[in-house]
Amino acid sequence: MSDLEAAVATGVLGADEAHRALLQATVEVARAIYGAKAASVFLLDEEAGELVFEAVAGEGEGELIGMRFPADTGIAGWVLTTRQPLIVDDLSSDTRWSRTAAESTGYVPKSMMAVPLLVDERALGVLNVLDRPAESRVRLSEVDLLGQFANQAAIALDLLQRARRARAALAGEGRLAPLARVAARLEEDERDTAFELLQALDRLLAETS
Amino acid sequence: MSAAIELHEHSEEEDLPAWSLPAEAVDRIRVPVTLPDQVTREWAWGGSTGAGVRVCILDSGIEHDHPLVGRVDHSVAVLRDEEGELQVVDDDEGDLCGHGTACAGVVRSLAPDVELTSVRVLGAGYKGGGETMLHGLSWAIEQGFPVVNMSLSTTRTKYVERLHELADRAYFKRVLLVASAHNMPVESFPWRFASVISVGSHEETDGLTFYYNPSPPVEFFGRGLDLDVAWLGGGTLRCTGNSFATPHIAGICALILGKHPELTPFQLKSVLYQTASNAKGAA
Repeated sequence: MSDLEAAVATGVLGADEAHRALLQATVEVARAIYGAKAASVFLLDEEAGELVFEAVAGEGEGELIGMRFPADTGIAGWVLTTRQPLIVDDLSSDTRWSRTAAESTGYVPKSMMAVPLLVDERALGVLNVLDRPAESRVRLSEVDLLGQFANQAAIALDLLQRARRARAALAGEGRLAPLARVAARLEEDERDTAFELLQALDRLLAETS
Repeated sequence: MSAAIELHEHSEEEDLPAWSLPAEAVDRIRVPVTLPDQVTREWAWGGSTGAGVRVCILDSGIEHDHPLVGRVDHSVAVLRDEEGELQVVDDDEGDLCGHGTACAGVVRSLAPDVELTSVRVLGAGYKGGGETMLHGLSWAIEQGFPVVNMSLSTTRTKYVERLHELADRAYFKRVLLVASAHNMPVESFPWRFASVISVGSHEETDGLTFYYNPSPPVEFFGRGLDLDVAWLGGGTLRCTGNSFATPHIAGICALILGKHPELTPFQLKSVLYQTASNAKGAA
């Protein structure tokens, strides 16, 4: 057991919640800044070819998390394909989008700003801002601002995914699973004692080898 | 490098000077067009409808019979065959995503008589793939389209060198690549290359208003804000994005080439600069 593995084990515990809160804060700020009805972040599940609601502020908050859509249709699919932000001011003429995605969420938006969440060379998902006030004509500075938000959301989403991968490694029969189980059972102050014990064991093994 | 070698071989075949210019060869490189002292929009594209200019839309396909697009002369798709090799094949799928149709409609709105060719390199999904884009672009260059609209880019650095080579090859083969700038703080290509016309958006509402930017990497700004673009199902969608600024500049290039087909990409970029809304020739 290396210090690195121990560090991973401790770092992962609770990280999921913290990263989700960061993502939630991002969509809430995006919604507030634009005075929009809703803002949301979709995670791209590459294996399933689907987009999953990861964070929602405003309309649909608390109900849509985990809901999935095909990643290759609608405005979000377009944004993922081109990796460029897109702002649509009148979605009513796009019957396809309304039917397949929006109606199933119980809320049909009139307008949408969508921006890809890019980290390094990967597209992790899409940030959506729905229904800005009708009278607010879009400005290019808003598009730039949207890009900045997307940067922040992409980092949060990346952290969330990393934490989930690490958690998976720690779960079930994973090599680090016993450590994770012990750490999860213990209170925080007890956890420190447990890791001191592990370090002592590590030193002992190092001396005898 | 390979483009330079090809040029050299090609030049030898036709007995044209390549690496140096002997005195007796000067006549052979006579420049067929001379720009006037003051290039104006009237000189550049007055009376042109883009007739005779082949414009290639490298994108997600083009919807058939869309009222804002009209006739599409040829549609191909880049697909993998049974052996997994990329092939360019005739395509009747139309547009699976809407993006290509939107771009084609913008070009048509400015240059009503261009011949449109669709090269589908983006699928219905987000997995367009850099290899597919490169293959489609390479094919378009070989076909010698005078204007190629690329409202797309890749963020994958492993494709940069090959894309750069293709962009340079296009430049020397008189294939003008008009490429969307990314409007997010990320690196993507090919719009970053000097051999293409890179396009961002301005906030005005006239399709012929465009600006030259003396502080690149984005060299030109076209109309990209709040415009009604052609959309799937024969309809329109009010959109904003650099994707739509790009075909505005591609359309203007087609107008210019309709009147002055002999212009090289270098000369055309110069004409664009001189007729930009922030330059003297815009009057």
